[in-house]
Amino acid sequence: MFLDLFYGLRDEGIPVALQEWMTLLEAVKRGMHGSSLLRFYHLARACLVKSETFYDAYDRVFARVFKGVEGRFDDVTDEVLEWLAEPKNFPNLTPEELAALERLSSDELMRRFLETLAEQSERHDGGDKWVGTGGRSPYGHGGQHPTGIRVGGPGRSRSAMKVAEDRKFRDYRTDVAMDVRQMRVALKRLRQLTRSGLATELDLDETIDETCRNAGEIEMVFRPPKKNDIRLLLLMDVGGTMDPYYEPMSQLLTALHDERGLREFRPYYFHNCIYDHVYSRARLTRADAVPTGELLRSLDERWKLLIVGDAAMHPSELLEGHGGINPHNTSPTPGITWLQRLAGHFARAVWINPDAQPLWDHTYTTRLVQRLFPMFHLSVDGLASAVQALVGARV
Amino acid sequence: MAAQQDDFHRFTGTAGYIASAPLVDAVNCSVALERPLLIKGEPGTGKTLLARHVAEGLGMPMLSWHIKSTSKAADGLYVYDTVQRLNDSRFGGGDVSDIRRYIKLGPLGEAFAATTRHVLLIDEVDKADLEFPNDLLRELDEMRFTVIETGDEIAAKERPVVIITSNNEKELPDAFLRRCIFHYIEFPDAQLMKKIVAVHHPNLDAALLDQVLIKFYWLREQSELRKKPSTSELIDWISALLRAGITHEQLAAHIPFIGALLKKEQDAEALIRFDQKSGRYPTDWKELGPRYNQ
Repeated sequence: MFLDLFYGLRDEGIPVALQEWMTLLEAVKRGMHGSSLLRFYHLARACLVKSETFYDAYDRVFARVFKGVEGRFDDVTDEVLEWLAEPKNFPNLTPEELAALERLSSDELMRRFLETLAEQSERHDGGDKWVGTGGRSPYGHGGQHPTGIRVGGPGRSRSAMKVAEDRKFRDYRTDVAMDVRQMRVALKRLRQLTRSGLATELDLDETIDETCRNAGEIEMVFRPPKKNDIRLLLLMDVGGTMDPYYEPMSQLLTALHDERGLREFRPYYFHNCIYDHVYSRARLTRADAVPTGELLRSLDERWKLLIVGDAAMHPSELLEGHGGINPHNTSPTPGITWLQRLAGHFARAVWINPDAQPLWDHTYTTRLVQRLFPMFHLSVDGLASAVQALVGARV
Repeated sequence: MAAQQDDFHRFTGTAGYIASAPLVDAVNCSVALERPLLIKGEPGTGKTLLARHVAEGLGMPMLSWHIKSTSKAADGLYVYDTVQRLNDSRFGGGDVSDIRRYIKLGPLGEAFAATTRHVLLIDEVDKADLEFPNDLLRELDEMRFTVIETGDEIAAKERPVVIITSNNEKELPDAFLRRCIFHYIEFPDAQLMKKIVAVHHPNLDAALLDQVLIKFYWLREQSELRKKPSTSELIDWISALLRAGITHEQLAAHIPFIGALLKKEQDAEALIRFDQKSGRYPTDWKELGPRYNQ
């Protein structure tokens, strides 16, 4: 059952390593769970889960693994016993880890675990350990098991279950919701440090070298400080099918504008597809039009291109000349050609799609665009992957 | 065994700090297992305060290391003041041959060198460079380091209780996370919030407090807000309300001193628009949805 928890967490994508598992065992060995499933729930979470974004997944796994445990804590210990007796079943262990595990899995640990459970069941009668109020009434209190004999009696177990089943951390999941703050975290990786500009930072090593070379006469050497060298071009689809995504899009813009680390940042807007003009303001009037060719000329290939849009449109808007649906925007060149030019010009370009990923393959134009640009979902995880694709090592 | 149990139940919160049961467990777990405790949570949920009150609760002295974007891991251990030494050698200011004179211990170094157990707060670890936490791994694991210039080894006689806070501005490296006990301070629910407010404003009128909290949680529920108000802002807001002598009847229809709660221009403007469109504020917990009515 305990192993189920471990593998359950890993299956849910929570990066639980053996080191953390051992920490939990160590804590259990010292009786820190206080033989209460609720405290075990919190203890295991503190030891195993290292980000609130995984709390929801943890809740789900915990609820699944420990469902129906109430009143049969004996089974837990049986399974632990079983597992501890044969640590070799644990795959992918280095000899050192195995040795450490064997040290931990001594009979002493097992005895201790059983002991605390037994101890708790006795004390529960008096009830000086569990919820305090229970002790005053021998007949139980607040829905506690009236006789209160069994370890992990219903009252206690259910409360841990209830906490887990409440799933109040749902909002913290990074694959669904996000706010400006989380986006900023995801965008933090958008950086490439280089030294350029004014030499304002004292280079200590060089100073010492130069001073020695100068026979002790102090010679200060300065160098330019490290700065982020990322230049970002943002092209954002607005209006029409993008309207439902107004909120996350405006949050993304806020986050990007807040990102002071960027060396240069230029946002432009378009509607549905990119043709011979993009627009410097979201209202897309002729006065705000900037020739797309101008961008290709003035921005070199080191600029990172980030396109945000749903890529879902009528095929003619993407594939045919004069396909644009704005009356004053009737470029003879089809949108797909402009997209090809953009994809070919910039060394790194990604497409962020606010539509849920399963929908992408249902749209013909989205499938086509995916051939030109690596596409990511507009979520914290998707954004992080997109940033990785923009600045990370090429795979 | 009994000693260990006692050991584990050492921290229980203090009069000035209300800690939830899971947080208390996490603190004690970290104290007993001698692993760093990583605390995350929304701004204003009392992450930094926790360290001070753990120190108070456990009766240990505290050292703080406030991380800035320019902080380097080595600064926490010690700083070798080469420029001073260079200067002294040039202008003759003291014994230059004794390097130890120019080694100054940082907060981490001090905590290791101390003879009593300290609480060490590493505040806002996410402010520093992405690699910063990784550079501390070995020192936090083994609680010892060597001063390269002199060859002196500084090893902790008493492993300090390390509390690390993060505002979640950057992801922390996995290797670092694996070594920590983690706790996310949830935003307090109304029940806990009442206790917290009572610590700061002990004699608050119950009807006023109810109205205050209804407005506060209602504001937090508005998904359009760019920055949600936090506990510390709530406390400030209540101070302002008390000074102005606002009654709960006045508060029912109107939210005064909005600047104390909303710090972003757009948020404040949105609320003013809501106000002008004669939007009605909730006055009862029942209007806030099932989460507040259990």
